[in-house]
Amino acid sequence: MTTHPTSDQAEQSTARHGPDDTPTGADDARADGAAVAALIRRLTESFGERSVLTDEAQRRTYECDGLAAYSVVPAVVVLTTNAEQVREVVATCHELGVPFVARGSGTGLSGGALPVADGALIVLSQMRDILHVDPLAQRAVVQPGVINLDVTAAAKPHGYYYAPDPSSQQICSIGGNVAENSGGAHCLKYGFTTNHVLAVDMIAPDGQPSTLGTVAPDSPGYDLLGTVVGSEGTLGVVTEVTVRLTRLPEKVTTLLAGFRSTDDAGTATSAIIGAGVVPAAIEMMDQLAIEAAEEAVQCGYPQGARAVLVIELDGPAPEVDAQLDEVLRHCEEAGAFEVRQAQDDTERALIWRGRKSAFAAVGRISPDYIVQDGVIPRTALSEVLHRIDELADEAGIRVANVFHAGDGNLHPLVLFDAGQDGETERAEEVSGSILRLCLEHGGSITGEHGVGADKAPYMAEMFGPDDLDTMQLLRCAFDPRHLSNPGKVFPTPRLCGERPGRRQGAHPLQEAGLAEVF
Amino acid sequence: MVTQHNPPLETNDDAFAPAPFQTSDELDRMLGDCVHCGFCLPTCPTYSLWGEEMDSPRGRIHLVEQAARSGQLPESTVGHLDACLGCMACVTACPSGVKYDQIIERARAEVETTHQRPRGQRALREAIFALFPYPRRLRVMRGPLAVYQRSGLQRLLRRSGLLERLPNTLQTMEGVAPTIRSRTSLPERVPAQGTRRAVVGMLTGCVQREFFPGVNDATARVLAAEGCDVVVPQSQGCCGALSVHSGRKAEAQRFARRLLDSFADAGVEWVVVNSAGCGSSMKEYAELLADDPRYAEAAAGFAAKVRDITELLVELGPVATRHALPVTVAYHDACHLAHAQGVRTPPRDLLNAIPELTVMEIGEGGMCCGSAGVYNLLNPRPARQLGDRKAEHVAATGADLLVTANPGCLLQISSALGRAGTSMSTAHTVEVLDASIAGHPSTSLTDR
Repeated sequence: MTTHPTSDQAEQSTARHGPDDTPTGADDARADGAAVAALIRRLTESFGERSVLTDEAQRRTYECDGLAAYSVVPAVVVLTTNAEQVREVVATCHELGVPFVARGSGTGLSGGALPVADGALIVLSQMRDILHVDPLAQRAVVQPGVINLDVTAAAKPHGYYYAPDPSSQQICSIGGNVAENSGGAHCLKYGFTTNHVLAVDMIAPDGQPSTLGTVAPDSPGYDLLGTVVGSEGTLGVVTEVTVRLTRLPEKVTTLLAGFRSTDDAGTATSAIIGAGVVPAAIEMMDQLAIEAAEEAVQCGYPQGARAVLVIELDGPAPEVDAQLDEVLRHCEEAGAFEVRQAQDDTERALIWRGRKSAFAAVGRISPDYIVQDGVIPRTALSEVLHRIDELADEAGIRVANVFHAGDGNLHPLVLFDAGQDGETERAEEVSGSILRLCLEHGGSITGEHGVGADKAPYMAEMFGPDDLDTMQLLRCAFDPRHLSNPGKVFPTPRLCGERPGRRQGAHPLQEAGLAEVF
Repeated sequence: MVTQHNPPLETNDDAFAPAPFQTSDELDRMLGDCVHCGFCLPTCPTYSLWGEEMDSPRGRIHLVEQAARSGQLPESTVGHLDACLGCMACVTACPSGVKYDQIIERARAEVETTHQRPRGQRALREAIFALFPYPRRLRVMRGPLAVYQRSGLQRLLRRSGLLERLPNTLQTMEGVAPTIRSRTSLPERVPAQGTRRAVVGMLTGCVQREFFPGVNDATARVLAAEGCDVVVPQSQGCCGALSVHSGRKAEAQRFARRLLDSFADAGVEWVVVNSAGCGSSMKEYAELLADDPRYAEAAAGFAAKVRDITELLVELGPVATRHALPVTVAYHDACHLAHAQGVRTPPRDLLNAIPELTVMEIGEGGMCCGSAGVYNLLNPRPARQLGDRKAEHVAATGADLLVTANPGCLLQISSALGRAGTSMSTAHTVEVLDASIAGHPSTSLTDR
């Protein structure tokens, strides 16, 4: 969080400047004004001026996604309605050397859809048709702008749903989910987006359309589909997605357990998983997060709880009933002072509403906040939470914790008031320290929000130069000119073929003749 | 899924430079509450039509923020603010508690103060606001409308195709104009039946009074049957809702003051409203007149007494017997009742308490029908698309009767159902209650 992309041509309005502004690479692809003007002229001729936005006020509304701390006004916004239009935009950008960024609903939390100042923003939110639902084959074919929850709505009458459920599922788009390999509360049992995408149509950065993946259970050769899911828009633009549908469970039981400490809640989590129970979800919220959710949606969580667990069990009825006994026992043994079981869908929705609105709800108890996303081994939960408390106390900053306890995916919310002198910097410091803490414990700098613009500087702390160079080689195979979402994921600006900083010679793989730079 | 674009903005040849925009600390604070999460997007009617950021609540907040920072109001921004229906579905959806209702109201007031609209638009607005808030002027229209409808001229014109050549706004007016029924006027006081439980003032409204007099009569009868003395000040006029929702603040304040005067000596415990848009603006009188030293206190006291008719009936509890009404109704949440006032349960509870009556929920229930005050006259095209979409969901319920609490919604949805070739009778919630209490057959509602 301490850096944000800077580009001397970037128009920045609301970007918060950290103490050590360093470029994260938004300038590794650059187009001149004439190329952008030519792009605008050609696309306007083709699509009409209603679909090619050049008005400054209109373009500005696209300057950031769900991470509003970073903002760059794109040179042009293109509203596309079909794959052929996307192909045309990408091909024209490629021909003219103009960088481009794809955007769905603009709800990402790592700045993955942050525009490029001298580039095009390709908006896919009008491509929202569910093309086909095939319950027998358990799949659906959708356009990238289709909203996550709408897939479930279309599948439900057939007894199916779409399993990955980010907290923003009512508005985030499938295309964005594919780019970020989005997860959600129920990914503990059902896996992330990558486990639910069977095939994609995409436009490569040179404008070539292709289909990756197959509806067959397994396909020989390299897993290019697996490469594209989670590539954060750096390998091309997805124009159609075939998703797997999951059978609705016969029974769902949702519990809300109140604890006197996060330690107790953590103990219960470990005990449940240790006993071999894989709940559909185990979510933890600490006292501050509960307070915020309570204020926002009056979810009625147990009074006086320092931590709550939301535990959901699903599957065949006898299995759920057996697991329920086990879960209740472990909660009690860990010191739960109140355990509630949702009696109907309304009560279940209320329990989840508290959890799912928690991020935005924090806005009610703090003028500004940073949503952090890191992963630790579940066994380190208690230690890491104490350390986060210490870090917060030392900096005089409050941190609320909401997280997927089952798989150790933390979402610390660092609260601050940008109006107070130095508080922004202290908050960013705490936020960064939390990520390093995750790495110290063998975890990761992101669990599900992606690297985007926000975490790019931390990639070098998680990966060595060789790792990053190898990733870069893969990226260059798709996008040698770095036109597709430049400045994201990688910590330093680097062009394909450019010598990596530390090493003077070619990449060892190149020298050995095992790889070449495209 | 509709992906048709917003119609091109009518450009303003009279003005070359953007109009100035004046912000305030309060507006800046409200704008700062938005965390850009996007949870409002799927609930927004214009975002669901066009899928464009600047026609979403999040985008509009961003546009107002830009205007507040730069002190300038670009032409394109005015277009996107005008395109907002003011349905407040986003306020319901927002987890951060952003006061979009107040943001848009303030931004619109600024637009009306400083922005010079093109001549055509200006004339249309003036015509609308010179007609609708004035019951007496609306009454003058009743005669010609009734002749037009009963003489067969309407059928003839509709068949001739001539109507399609009229401007969109006139087509909309023709399409939504209600069938004129004979008008009654309520006396100054309707006494309670049996033991008196409360003294209740009643707003008769503008469109409600002139085009749906049956709703006001039913409201008074139901209140009386439930033991209320109903006081109907004869001097009352418009509550100012249409004006305040369109940024015409000074005009709204004038209407509000006059209404406060009308009710000043009525000696009522509650003021009951049967029109959702009116109720929502009357509950906000305290804010509207906060800076008026003469009226601020009276406005706050009055606002605290305002209740939607369904709220008050649930608060009082039933004493009158409900007779069976074997009918299936589709209940439509009026935006200004559900989103602006948060009243969702009372109307359903009242309907469900009627023996043999079945309440059906309408798909995409939280989505505006496109009526939105005078929106369907100012923005006929999107209003029509939303109306068609709502009509489809309403027809899918298979209900015998469409019930809602706002005259605008009734006109808009009936007109859209008619376009789709579906005919469904419509009634206000209180008319259904009235029929049940009076023991009328369900055909009294479905065969009108």
